[in-house]
This record gives sequence, structure tokens and C-alpha cells, in this order.
Amino acid sequence: MSTEAVTTALTAEDRLFIASQRQLIWRRFRKHRLGVFSLFVLLALYLVAFTYEFWAPYGAITQHKGFVNTPPTRIRLVDSEGTFRGPFVYGLEFELNLETFERVYTENTDEIHPIRFFPRGESYRFWGRINGSLHLFDAGEGKIFLLGSDNLGRDLFSRILAGGRISLSIGLIGVLLTFIIGASLGGLSGFYGGFVDIVIMRITEILSAIPKIPLWIALAAIVPRDWPVAKTYFAITVILATMQWTFLARAVRAKLLEMRGHDYVTAAKIAGASDLRVIFDHLLPGYISFLIVNLTLAVPGMILAETALSFLGLGMRPPAVSWGTLLEGAQNISNIALRPWMLTPALFVIVTVLMFNFVGDGLRDAADPFKDM
Amino acid sequence: MSFTGYLIQRALYAVFILLAISFIVFMIVQLPRGDAVDRIVAAQRAMGDVISEEEEAALRSQFGLDRPILVQYADWGLDFLRGDLGRSVLGLRVNQLIRERLGATLLLAFMSIIITYAVAIPIGIYSATHQYRAGDYFWTFLGFIGLATPNFLLALILLFVFHRLFGLSIGGLFSPGMEDAPWSLAKLLDLVNHLWIPIIVIVTANTAATIRIMRATLLDELGKQYVVTARAKGVPYGKMLYKYPVRLALNPIVNSLGHVLPVQISGQTITAIVLNLPTLGPLLFRALITEDIELATSVLMVLSLMAVVGVILADILLTIYDPRIRMEKGAQ
Repeated sequence: MSTEAVTTALTAEDRLFIASQRQLIWRRFRKHRLGVFSLFVLLALYLVAFTYEFWAPYGAITQHKGFVNTPPTRIRLVDSEGTFRGPFVYGLEFELNLETFERVYTENTDEIHPIRFFPRGESYRFWGRINGSLHLFDAGEGKIFLLGSDNLGRDLFSRILAGGRISLSIGLIGVLLTFIIGASLGGLSGFYGGFVDIVIMRITEILSAIPKIPLWIALAAIVPRDWPVAKTYFAITVILATMQWTFLARAVRAKLLEMRGHDYVTAAKIAGASDLRVIFDHLLPGYISFLIVNLTLAVPGMILAETALSFLGLGMRPPAVSWGTLLEGAQNISNIALRPWMLTPALFVIVTVLMFNFVGDGLRDAADPFKDM
Repeated sequence: MSFTGYLIQRALYAVFILLAISFIVFMIVQLPRGDAVDRIVAAQRAMGDVISEEEEAALRSQFGLDRPILVQYADWGLDFLRGDLGRSVLGLRVNQLIRERLGATLLLAFMSIIITYAVAIPIGIYSATHQYRAGDYFWTFLGFIGLATPNFLLALILLFVFHRLFGLSIGGLFSPGMEDAPWSLAKLLDLVNHLWIPIIVIVTANTAATIRIMRATLLDELGKQYVVTARAKGVPYGKMLYKYPVRLALNPIVNSLGHVLPVQISGQTITAIVLNLPTLGPLLFRALITEDIELATSVLMVLSLMAVVGVILADILLTIYDPRIRMEKGAQ
């Protein structure tokens, strides 16, 4: 009988018993509807951020002359005479309000620009390498600013999508660094104990005794203002990770200390397994799910920290586009009062952080071996 | 371990941590920026003066900046211990600047801590005893939003809303003109009026987190058999609830008391900068932006000092509350 035949002969219950740990976790996670939904939202956000050139109608730093501080463009289906025309936008005209010196935009109902899908629009270099000009949509000769434009006439929607590239990836890369430092130091500490343990634990205690945000601000203020974007990005990631690894190191250490005493570890050691083999073959599978949960829950903290630092002008700086630098435009109250759409990047931050929390919660429940199926 | 032994051990530990922190703080604030002489020379050159290498070196030895970095650190550290924090770029005494803002920083931190617990614990209990009901969903939803919204954003949004609705400007802790007035009932009311917005902002994230911890641990307790037994024996629900599961569920919160002050001091920084509160956070921020090294070092050090003292105090309080903790630590 082939293995396939065996598997099909099994009942659902049998399959549960032979499922690997990873399959069990996945099964339980799938039942957490909110978690699964959030995972899809996150995947979509990352996909859009990493290929924003296509989804955004304009480039992130393209300035549209004469379209400074426009409110979000209204998309219409029916024109002023009541004829159905499919999605289109009107052209814009403005005059100066002589009291506030703000531009007041009005729609010119004679000028109709149908929305085009998959047009050849502004050309771009995708990731600085591949030339392209295909966009998801634009408004032809007209302008479409889904979320309004900023004080230099740049499309906020395009900028938010572009900003996602930095804001979303900084969380992942920061967590990767945190993971490398935290898991290895915590692992050393928990596995060897003794002197190594004492030194590493004292370091984590010292670092976590310094108030985190003041220290972040102090570290970020060191980064020279004239560094190129890529270098600043790297520096900020390192700064975020240097403060976050301590909690992971402590958690890994505690978990290892607990597991080190288990019989199967002693058995492996007596059987002559090397330290590395014990760590990677016997201990790691036991706490990998625990690590993943903790890391998922650490990503939103990183994203929030980057946003806050950039908002204060200490993180990423223009011309870099991130959600934090975009929010700099919303720093004073008169700006928000006159142009509330400048707050929309915040919405993306909040949604991303929420989604990470939901996925993390779902994973935590799923990774708990004492939960019923 | 005896209690005095424990106190001594904690105090020694605090000294060790503070020494290490002072070194880190000194290194990250002072080292990367060049020294005062660099700045003087740069300023002079910008005005067109010619300064030779020799003159630069002479200036350096005059300020004691040609000595090894460790000696400079020791010098700074001893001055700090003596309570001399140097002068800011504008020539003001750093001691004075910090003293002015210390009170407001501590006031905000303690108010926030008290309000966090006063709000979070009852809501946590309510959520756990009304699991999956409308009220629970409402608080869970609000809690998630509270966790996900960056503090500074919440501050901005509240500023905007209050500006729109009431035409209020709510930056700072006092109305213009009230700041220097002597303490009176009017001034106190003015302070209360300005205090609650920053407190809402600062408290939100921690309250949300505490609600979730309280809810989760209480739910765990409520599922245990002693609860069923107590109910079966006819103990009234309310009495049973507050006598056993709630007390047990409070444990993780009591245990986290040690981190509360550092978290508060850290958490209020950005809010204080956005709302322009007279606390230490904005002082540090401005000092760093204007490269006011002496001031920045001292403020960061004072903030860390407050955090460490807070942790140690909480440790000691905890051992009075539950001597087992001391035994465990002693056994390590």
C-alpha cells in the first residue's frame, strides 16, 4: 500500500494525531478569523508598499505645479447634467482666500477627466533598476489626489504608499536584528549559565534601566543630518534593535533554563550530542513558536518608534519618505485644522499596528500546546 | 536573607547600575559630537577668524579636554555627584533648569500611574466577568485602538478636536500669565484644567495593556476548579470574586510595579514634546537639537536616576508586601 493510500484511509482524528507541531499551530491559527484576516491585510500592505510604483498614480516626490494643498479629489460617476459617465474627476480651479491666504479649490464642471485604468503614466525606475511607466490608474490630463496633496503639490496617496516601504520594512529588519542579537545572547546565557549568564544578564538589566524613549532620542540625535537615506535607515534600525533585544534575550534565557532541565535534554547529552546539536535539534524546535509570537508582537513597537522618531525630525528625514516624515506635515495645529487630510498617514500606522497585534494574538493562542483543537 | 541585608544588597546593586548607566550616557551624548573646543573653533572660523593648531591645543588643555576620555568621565561624574551639573549653552545653570521641571515630571508620572490602575483594574474585572458580551467587546476594541495609536498622534488629534470644539489651546500646564503667579485655588484649578488632556494621552496605552493583562489572568483564574467549588458551596458570586480570583489575578500587575516608573518616564516624553509640557522630556529634546551637551547629558542622567530609584523602591515595597520575593532573589 502506498503512503498516499494510508493517508487517505486515515480519519480526520487520526490525521490530528500524526500532525507535526507546525501543522497543529497552522490548524489552530486558521480558526482565529481575525488573525487570518489581519495576516491577509498585512500581506497586501507589504505587497503594495514594495511595488508602490505601480499602485500609485504619481511618483513620491513629483510636484504638481498649481496643485498645492488640494483637498482629496472627489471621484464622480454622474456629471452635472445627470448623464452617467463612469468614474471621472473634474478639473480644479482655485482662488486665494484673502483672509487666511489659503487656496480655495473649486471643481470646473466643464473639464471632465475620465479615470484610466492601467495607463502608461509617469515613468519610474522600479527599485532603481527596472524602467517602467505602467500604473494602476490615473486621470489622464487631469489630476487625481485620492488623499489630497501637500504644501509642495505632491500627491499624498502616492507618498503614503511609498512611505510604507520604509515604515513597514524597518519593523521587519529591526526585528530580524533584535532576533539575531537577542536569541543568540539569550541562548548563550540560558544554555551555559554561570559567568556568561551573569555578564549578559547584567548588560540587559543596565540597558533596560535607562528610560527607553529618552535614550532612543539621544541615540537618534547622534545620526548626522547629512547622511544619505540608506545609511540613516540602517542607523535607525540598529538603534531600535539595540534597545529591543534585551526583552527577547531574557525571555529566551528563561525558556531555555526551563527546558534545560527536561529529561530529553539530559538524555541527548548522555548520548553524546554536541552542544550545537542539543541547541538546534532538541531545544530550538521547542521554543521556535514562542520566538515567532514574541517577534510578531515586537514589530508594531518598532514601527511606532520609527514613526515617532521621524515625526520629531530625529529618524528618517526628507527626502526620505516614511509615514513618520509624512506626519511632520501635521505637526502644528493650524496645519491640521486647515488640512485635516495631512493626518491620513496616521491611519495607515494604526491599521498596520492593529493587524500585527491581531496576528500576534492569533499566533500566541495557536502556539499554546495546552489549547484544545 | 535578612531584610537589612536585602536593603544593602539592593542599594549596592543600584549603585552598580547607575555607574554603568552614567558611563553609557556620557559616551553616547558627549563622544560623537566633538568637544566644546571644536565648536568654539568652528564658530570663530565661521566669523572669519584665523585659529592656529597651537591655539586650538592651548584651548583644549585649558578646558581639560586633552586628557584621556576616562579621566574626563570621572571628572564629570564627580561633579555630578557633588550636584554641579554645569551650565547650558545659554549660560543658565543646569541644576536650576532641571529643578524647575522635576516636579511636573514626577507629578505627571504619579498621576498617570494612579489613574492607569484606577481605570484599568475595574474595567479588566468587568471584561473578564462579562466575557464575549457587548461591554467586553467594546473595551477590548477600545483597548486595541489605544495600543495601536501612537501617543503623539493621540495628542495631536485631541489638540485638534478641542481646538475645533471649544477653541481651546491646551499646550502647556498653565494658561498664559498663570505660570508665575503664586499658588492659589485659581492656579490649582487652572493646572487641573490643563492636566487632564496630557494624562489621557499618556495613560491610554498603558491602561489598554493593563486591561488586557487583568482580563486574561482573571479569566484563567475563573476557569479553575476552586471557583466552581466555591460557587457550588453557595458563596455569593461577588464575595467569591473579590476574595479569591481577583486577588490572585492582581499578582502579575503587582509584580510589574517595578517597571512602572521607567515606563511612565519614557512614555510621557514624546507626548510632553508635542504638548509642550514643562517636564524633562522636552528639555532633553531641545538640548539634543541645539547640541547643548552638558544639559542633555545631565537630563538623560537624571531621568535614568529617577527610573532606577523607582525600580529599587518598587522592589523594596514588593518584599514588604510579599517576603517570598526576597527569599527567591536571595536564593539566586
